[in-house]
Amino acid sequence: MNMIAALLEQRTGQQIAANRAWRIETALKPLLRMRGLETLDDLVAQLMMSRTGELGDMVVDALLNQETSFFRDSAVLDMVADAAGALQEEAGTRRLRIWSAGCSTGQEPYSLAMLFDERKIMTCSSPPEIVATDISPAALARARSGRYSQFEIQRGLSVRRMMQWFEGGEGDWAANPELTRKVQFRQHNLAGDPPPPGRFDIVLCRNVLLYFSGALRKAVFDRLAQAVRPGGVLVLGAGETVIGQTDLFAPSERFRGFYNLAEAVAPGARSALG
Amino acid sequence: MKTCLVVDDSKVIRKVARHILETLDFEVREAGDGREALDSCMAAAPDVILLDWNMPVMSGMDFLRALKDSGIAHKPKVVFCTTENGMAYIRAAIEAGADEYVMKPFDRETLESKLQIVGVA
Repeated sequence: MNMIAALLEQRTGQQIAANRAWRIETALKPLLRMRGLETLDDLVAQLMMSRTGELGDMVVDALLNQETSFFRDSAVLDMVADAAGALQEEAGTRRLRIWSAGCSTGQEPYSLAMLFDERKIMTCSSPPEIVATDISPAALARARSGRYSQFEIQRGLSVRRMMQWFEGGEGDWAANPELTRKVQFRQHNLAGDPPPPGRFDIVLCRNVLLYFSGALRKAVFDRLAQAVRPGGVLVLGAGETVIGQTDLFAPSERFRGFYNLAEAVAPGARSALG
Repeated sequence: MKTCLVVDDSKVIRKVARHILETLDFEVREAGDGREALDSCMAAAPDVILLDWNMPVMSGMDFLRALKDSGIAHKPKVVFCTTENGMAYIRAAIEAGADEYVMKPFDRETLESKLQIVGVA
């Protein structure tokens, strides 16, 4: 069990709390079945003998918490759209850039794309550029495909949005190309990789950092600070905060509940826009 | 406390829906078909109706049309809740006046999210 938890932390930075250790066995059961293995010890033995690292990838994929839904915490997404509208107005002809970090199977960036379209947030004819990243190749493959089960499609998504943006039925729903082409998906490890190139007006990193150790969280904030444009905002999950974690961000006076780069990092940006 | 009328000919579905709705602080009433549901609405309109499609006596679609013509002043929100999961059914339900659509099977989170979308949770 310890070795498997260590593998997850080494690859992704995510920690499994002692009181959540039961999750390891539950999450790995399908993989054990698929490989014809009886116990976790058998899996560990195979991991140690494996030369390709492919089994390690599968273990990590199975253990990652990929809980997400369309319009999760919809009030927050509405606030993100408000902020995007205000920032786009100031940006003029420059196209807004949004980063959805830890996007799992894509529901968050697709929700944003739908919202931006409804609110007509765009410059000329271009909506904001949405870059969505996750560490899991399997999650990204599903996100890119835009295919969702009946269970996933109706959690959080209104039927009118479903009718507008998805096709199918009878159990399997697919986002139409008009929606999928609004989001660029890339593999990215928040725990170690530098941010995607360029600066972003809005960075969403919701319900990811809570799985990291304090030291790693601080390192991730360092990297996120490189990614946020002065005047731009960082959006964390409910219950996550920068306070006591980093000096690089401070609560935004302009966009309540979000964070701006601290004055020392982006002099003038906060006061000019606040 | 908001009121939800669960309209389904399956006792099991009514029981499951009641259990979920009560945990969401709804007062729950039940009807086994569209006719019973219409009578219940005429007596006192609920805030929201969870409506099955295929039922004896009066189907969900017939109920929806009858509700529209009933002259009830306070129109409840209607969430279709059915095993009919094709786009044609969904479009027909929305065009007939339903506010939301839940495909069975559903769980607490799904139902709660749909009730939030129609503004009753």
